[in-house]
Amino acid sequence: MRLVKNLGYALGLPVLLILLWWGYTLVSSNFYVPEPGEFVTTFADVWFGERFFDDVLPSIGRLLAGLVLSILLGVVAGLVIGSVRWLRSLLEPVLEFFRAIPPPVLVPVLMLLIGVNDQMKVVVIVLGSVWPVLLNTIEGVRSVDPVMTETARSYGIDGWSRFVHLVIPAAGPQMMAGIRQALSIGLILMVISEMFASSSGLGFTIVQFQRSFAIPEMWSGIAVLGLIGVVLSFVFQRVERKVLAWYRGLKEVENAG
Amino acid sequence: MATTRAGRSWGPAALGALGILGFLATWEVLPLTGLVDPRYLPPASEVLAELGAQFLSAGFWLAVWQTVRAWFLGLLIAAVAAIVLGLVIGTSAVLRRATHTTIEFLRPIPSVALIPLAVLLFGVQLESTLLLVVYASFWQILIQVLYGVADVDTVAQNTARSFGLGRFARVRYVTWPTALPYVITGLRLGAAVALILAVTAQLVIGSPGLGREIALAQSGGAVSAMYAFVLTTGLLGVLINMAMRVLERRALAWHSSVRGEVAV
Amino acid sequence: MQAETGSSAVGGHGGADRPATDRPATDRSAAGAEGAAKDRDKDRDKDVLLSVRGLQKIYSSEHGDVEAVRNLTFDLRRGELACLVGPSGSGKTTLLKCISGLMAPTSGEVLLGGRRVTGPPKDMAVVFQEYGRSLFPWMTVRENVELPLKNAKLPRNERKRLADEALAAVDLPHADKKYPWQLSGGMQQRVAIARAVAYQPKILLMDEPFAAVDAQTRADLEDLIRDVWHRMGVTVLFVTHDIDESVYLGERVIILSSSPTVVQEDLRIDLPDERDQLTTRGLPRFTELRGHVYEEIQRAKREAGTRV
Repeated sequence: MRLVKNLGYALGLPVLLILLWWGYTLVSSNFYVPEPGEFVTTFADVWFGERFFDDVLPSIGRLLAGLVLSILLGVVAGLVIGSVRWLRSLLEPVLEFFRAIPPPVLVPVLMLLIGVNDQMKVVVIVLGSVWPVLLNTIEGVRSVDPVMTETARSYGIDGWSRFVHLVIPAAGPQMMAGIRQALSIGLILMVISEMFASSSGLGFTIVQFQRSFAIPEMWSGIAVLGLIGVVLSFVFQRVERKVLAWYRGLKEVENAG
Repeated sequence: MATTRAGRSWGPAALGALGILGFLATWEVLPLTGLVDPRYLPPASEVLAELGAQFLSAGFWLAVWQTVRAWFLGLLIAAVAAIVLGLVIGTSAVLRRATHTTIEFLRPIPSVALIPLAVLLFGVQLESTLLLVVYASFWQILIQVLYGVADVDTVAQNTARSFGLGRFARVRYVTWPTALPYVITGLRLGAAVALILAVTAQLVIGSPGLGREIALAQSGGAVSAMYAFVLTTGLLGVLINMAMRVLERRALAWHSSVRGEVAV
Repeated sequence: MQAETGSSAVGGHGGADRPATDRPATDRSAAGAEGAAKDRDKDRDKDVLLSVRGLQKIYSSEHGDVEAVRNLTFDLRRGELACLVGPSGSGKTTLLKCISGLMAPTSGEVLLGGRRVTGPPKDMAVVFQEYGRSLFPWMTVRENVELPLKNAKLPRNERKRLADEALAAVDLPHADKKYPWQLSGGMQQRVAIARAVAYQPKILLMDEPFAAVDAQTRADLEDLIRDVWHRMGVTVLFVTHDIDESVYLGERVIILSSSPTVVQEDLRIDLPDERDQLTTRGLPRFTELRGHVYEEIQRAKREAGTRV
């Protein structure tokens, strides 16, 4: 009974929205709004096949490569900069400026500097999504509780051991918040870099559909992008829930108290 | 020990200024060494001179104004919609549960996926930009509002109820003040995203503003101008971030602790 | 030597008006007194574990210098349980940070086992007041207790044995898989004590460890400390602002003056070794000692303004 109720809550609104959509296409034929049935068949036709390997997979590959690189770079550099006070003071304004630049404007810049190729698309993603990871890591390292730091010192926990047992876990929640921002920026940049400078990939394909007024195809492309976003965020939530289980528990206790 | 001494005698502000100078110096020297083609990365002095020249041109300020206008209007629409919807959904357990999956599904959809749709519907007008800006910043603010409403103390809520406050009065005097810090945080996050999307839309779609100027400068080979516009978007971003932080501190001065971002 | 003066003062007349001649003995900074003290200390060197000599700490800031600790000198014998008590703001925490090597003194020195302390020494453990921020929330209770041992490269089974023993000693044998934040405040502080005990330090420093727990838990934890001290034979320096607590716990109470801090009096607590919350606190002698410490602290507060 409870399960049915939960299912009802989870699926009620989506089903209602789809019914509304369907009803709308029944009463009026809007050029921009395909019927649900047409949409589903188009989706299958367009994306289950060669396109999946030629456009979708390479796009996702570049996205993941860019994200992994920016997370590694951001975390390592963040740990170093966050631990050295003068370095932090020296670099912070410059880094804040770089973070403030809307990342998509880097696309034309890198087209000039690197040229139009896969490498440039990965670099665009890295240069856009490294900032939230980097700055959040720095902030996380900076705000490690002084009592914890003194505890570690008094037990002679220093050097590498201090990073592993104190700094990285303590900065973990901040780092994860930064990584979450990096994911959405990375996805945006994947699309933009392909819309701008490409002859393949998801972004390129979707723009092609729009230019040739292939409306159901265009919608199906938007849906694919949406699905990638949803899957990415789902996977991230899973990882975060596991990695930061202690943090969730701690917050729950604090909020209850 | 050396680090603390350096930090103390120099002061963070001086070090930060030094960092900026160091960055500009590196940029100045890099094209001269031949490591980077000066045709594609002109030295800093040239770009700054170009930026100075742009400051005197009306077209530049028009582009800045168009970008700021799209940013502000988009953020405003998103904020009003997100706050109203957030308060309505957040204060009702049924609505909260019923909308959960839909929100979790729609939120991670990258707003740039809507670019083709925006082009079809509005062409290269302000409305195209607004569609993307509103979509992107709406979710940021909505999520924070929902968190804020969920944070309302049940004791305070029950107290208000026991004094016979109606639903509207409870929202006004209990829910809203509790949620306010979250709303401000949402506004700050939304403001940053809104600028990104405003410039992106102009860049990709070609609606008027700094983004379009960058695209035009790039395709026209005006490399220094392109960098000058890129710098301008960065400066705009810094200004917006600073303004939002001031707003946050002002609005939350009464709050015992200016809380950190909610890890959503 | 200070201990004797202290106890005679109390034995004589409740310490209400101490003879003025006591002051130079506690505030000994004159070169002659220092030299004489050094000669006498030589004989006791083997006995002395911790030695604080002329410790001074000045914080410099943009708004000028603040002298938190002026001139502190005292010794702690091996196996002693001494309480350090003083009015709030008397630099107790500063002193403890200097002793534990977390902070460098402006002048003077701290010797542990005859060696000068320049950083956190290996055979010392500190229990902080803020238990919630001293335990690592991402580690279970056992991982917290074992971390210093792991860091000292002890083999796994040895770590496990020491952690088990320590957790049993603080009466938390079954909480080892829980996270600290799942426990009550008092239990968290027990974990912090277990971590310190498992580390097998020669000296245990405690910085107002029970200031943030409720009264009942506090009484339990006080008995726990006496118990651990008896069993392990460890030297304990216990900082507190609570007069009752200092008298109940200590073999000796070192009373600090208000900031800038000097040793106001060094008092031996001649209560029976077997202590009990009810009977010990009911003893007339307990009341007397407590009254004396109270008077001294009031005097320290009064004199705070006159001494600059």
